[in-house]
Amino acid sequence: MSTSLLLLLVAIIGVIGYVAGSRRASVLANGKSSNLHSRPGYYGAYVGIWATLPAILVMVVWNIAAPTYINSTVRGEFPAEVQAESAATQNLAYGMIGAIARGLNLATPEEVAAIDAGGDVRAILAGKGVPLADQPQPYMIAAAKHLNEMNATSAMLLSVAVLLVAVGGALLAYRSIAARFRARNRVESVILVSLIVASSIAIFTTVGIVFSMASEAIHFFTMVPAHEFFFGTVWDPRFAAAGSGGTSGQFGLIPLLLGTLYIGAVAMLFAVPIGLFAAIYMAEYAGSKFRSLAKPLLEVLAGIPTIVYGFFALVTVGPFFRDLSAQMAGLATGNYQSFIQAQSVLTAGFVMGIMLIPYVSSLSDDIITAVPRSLRDGSLGLGATRSETIKKVILPAALPGIVGAILMTASRAIGETMIVVLAAGVAARMQLNPFEPMTTVTVKIVNQLTGDLEFTSPQTLVAFALGITLFVITLCLNIYALFIVRKYREQYE
Amino acid sequence: MSQVISAPAATARAATPRRDIGIKRRYAAERRFRAYGLAAITFGLLFLFLLVSSVVSKGYTAFEQTMITIPVEFTESAIDKDNERATNPQKLMTANYPVVARNALAKVLGVDPNDRASMRAVGGMLSDSVRTQLRNIVVNNPSVIGTTQPVSLLAHGDIDSAYKGQIDLSVPETNRKVSDKQVGWMNQLAESGALAGHFNTGIFLNGASSRPEAAGVGVAFIGSLYMMLIVLVLSLPIGVAASIYLEEFAPKNRFTDLIEVNINNLAAVPSIVYGLLGLAVFINFAGLPRSAALVGGLVLTLMTLPTIIIATRAALKAVPPSIRAAALGLGASKMQTVFHHVLPLAMPGILTGTIIGLAHALGETAPLLLIGMVAFVADFPGSPLAPSTALPVQIYMWANEAERAFVERTSGAIIILLIFLVLMNLGAILLRRRFERRW
Repeated sequence: MSTSLLLLLVAIIGVIGYVAGSRRASVLANGKSSNLHSRPGYYGAYVGIWATLPAILVMVVWNIAAPTYINSTVRGEFPAEVQAESAATQNLAYGMIGAIARGLNLATPEEVAAIDAGGDVRAILAGKGVPLADQPQPYMIAAAKHLNEMNATSAMLLSVAVLLVAVGGALLAYRSIAARFRARNRVESVILVSLIVASSIAIFTTVGIVFSMASEAIHFFTMVPAHEFFFGTVWDPRFAAAGSGGTSGQFGLIPLLLGTLYIGAVAMLFAVPIGLFAAIYMAEYAGSKFRSLAKPLLEVLAGIPTIVYGFFALVTVGPFFRDLSAQMAGLATGNYQSFIQAQSVLTAGFVMGIMLIPYVSSLSDDIITAVPRSLRDGSLGLGATRSETIKKVILPAALPGIVGAILMTASRAIGETMIVVLAAGVAARMQLNPFEPMTTVTVKIVNQLTGDLEFTSPQTLVAFALGITLFVITLCLNIYALFIVRKYREQYE
Repeated sequence: MSQVISAPAATARAATPRRDIGIKRRYAAERRFRAYGLAAITFGLLFLFLLVSSVVSKGYTAFEQTMITIPVEFTESAIDKDNERATNPQKLMTANYPVVARNALAKVLGVDPNDRASMRAVGGMLSDSVRTQLRNIVVNNPSVIGTTQPVSLLAHGDIDSAYKGQIDLSVPETNRKVSDKQVGWMNQLAESGALAGHFNTGIFLNGASSRPEAAGVGVAFIGSLYMMLIVLVLSLPIGVAASIYLEEFAPKNRFTDLIEVNINNLAAVPSIVYGLLGLAVFINFAGLPRSAALVGGLVLTLMTLPTIIIATRAALKAVPPSIRAAALGLGASKMQTVFHHVLPLAMPGILTGTIIGLAHALGETAPLLLIGMVAFVADFPGSPLAPSTALPVQIYMWANEAERAFVERTSGAIIILLIFLVLMNLGAILLRRRFERRW
């Protein structure tokens, strides 16, 4: 029985249980619902939960345990000479047995008979759409048959067990229904547990991020020493040579980190003044009409996908800077030679800066608005102009919040991917000319992981080392931002 | 002595009735400061305008496609010379349809079929996709063989660009992709009405193609749709459940503190890190197929969850405590209070947050690149496990193509994406306007 059919059956049993449970409770109530502890629906839900939850648990556990058991059984039956071989060869053999087993399931009885009679297994299975890498050895066919048998038995046992558990659970729960039975409390505790499980998904995600990246990164550091990665000044990973686990390339983080920070700094150079002034104007000067129009429009900038910014940088801003610089050079020296390249730190930083304006402005806007009226009134009453009030009173009061906002924006700038992939270039160089292309950590993660992957080569695994570096940097920036905001927050009340 | 002292005092009173406190300078500074603020907002809005207008001006032409409508003679000799289609159906699949189309066009233009160079130029005016177009006609209805049918053929991408005026015809002929001869034919066909711009349905329906004139976002759109459904189905219930626990039930202890700090940090983790997580956990560890919409949907779900949780918690917080007190006072349990009263009242806010989170997920590209969704997918994915691609990824792939016609397609695809985002955000705003309650 297939998994979906089984799930459907369990669901049907659950629904029947729900209806039967509610009915029974209604009957017990004898027309007077105050005879019951809970409303009839809760009794139904109690039966329904007992019918479905244990059955699904059995299914999950079985689907994890059975393949492992079957796998080890089949491997245990390998001939001694195969068992003496390396793990990789055994994996290969097991993969082939799996393929044969799949093919045998598709084959007609005559074809199976032909295979038993020593026919060309490879040709027959190829006709079924199951290509084999090699002509299988005889023990493999026997093992494949055994595999199929065990799979069939396992599927049958699973169906029986799941249905038994579902029906049994429903019956048990049904029998326990009584007038004073506290069905609501039981059902609610199940709901509460599921709420807790849902909220721990956040924890699982973080744990998943850290563990998955750390394990792959550690794998990488066994091939390339950590100090060569963190302090290396040359990024030249070469291509992954098939089969060779050797380290032919150089994996220096410094040029990538430098590029990331440089482009991020250029972006912040545009975003912070513009965003801050925009926030000040919105909060202190703008009338409510202007504000209600301009603020959402400015925030549209944050809603535009970054790939659109990347494309804008690639086809509009980059060529514009290039042509502009050619004109400027032409006017100055007579030689129309552009000194800004189309893909450059400036282009990427500038476009990223535009994207970050709304992050700075809306975060700072909230913080500036939160400064109490009395501080403004005091300053204005002493004869300060509005700009003096802003510069001398409001900004100092809002400073921790603004610094926090800027740090959070900086972490966005560092983790930004699509703009730099399209506009910053791929050359990992250490230089300080903003008109030349540079590359970033995120660009290299994308570069190393697109195309064919082999999870054994340092060329691929380095992406995880880069990723965990990125994760740690942004995490530190965010935690530090929160820390600053909490520590220096003015207590106005 | 007294004279010496009193003299300056008297003059001071006479010359400056008011002390100079630099009021002019200060007011000038005030005006400047104000102007900076206004300039900053103007600058931001200017760039919003530039961005949108640049994309629209480059992309609106993508919704028009140049077609050449000519009578095509499905000659038996060209398609099925030896009349073996009854015995060998493969024959109709492999026939040389481009030649059929080329001959038809040459006949209309009056080009000598023996002039090889000219014939090649004629063939170059038609898209390579005429092969599949004519093949589908013949295979669906073999009786057309031997007859002449009017067919609308796709013009080649370069002719399409030239017809739309995007190719500078003043450059020397050798430096551009369309020859003078082809331009002449193009004008001749346009005058006779055979060549004209039609509304481009292909960009909505087709899949990836190496030929810009036949490329579309239809396949990518289906991939995005699968992913959005997965994100919605998973992240809404999980996000709401998590928020309810944290907001309504969680005791203040270290564990819940940890969850809170975690969620805030997850909201700020770069999206590409989620891509690495998906690659390592879903593909490498769990063995799910690469390029599948299922994996993309799971990754985007994890990415969207913090957004939805933060929005939902804000919505739950906004429900006044008096509602809870009233429900509890009438004997409802804590769980009943939340599910019967608080949650329905918070629903508009939750849905608004969900839509905004979905809009973010729809535009996200970077994590999808890492889980192999940058595949050349020309066929519609039949299930979330089939190889598929997504709208923003399709934009990324087209942005890397060099041809002029692809710039137009890319911008067109961006316009489609932006329209979806605008619709989703408008929906969120309307929802908020319509159902938001002020307490």
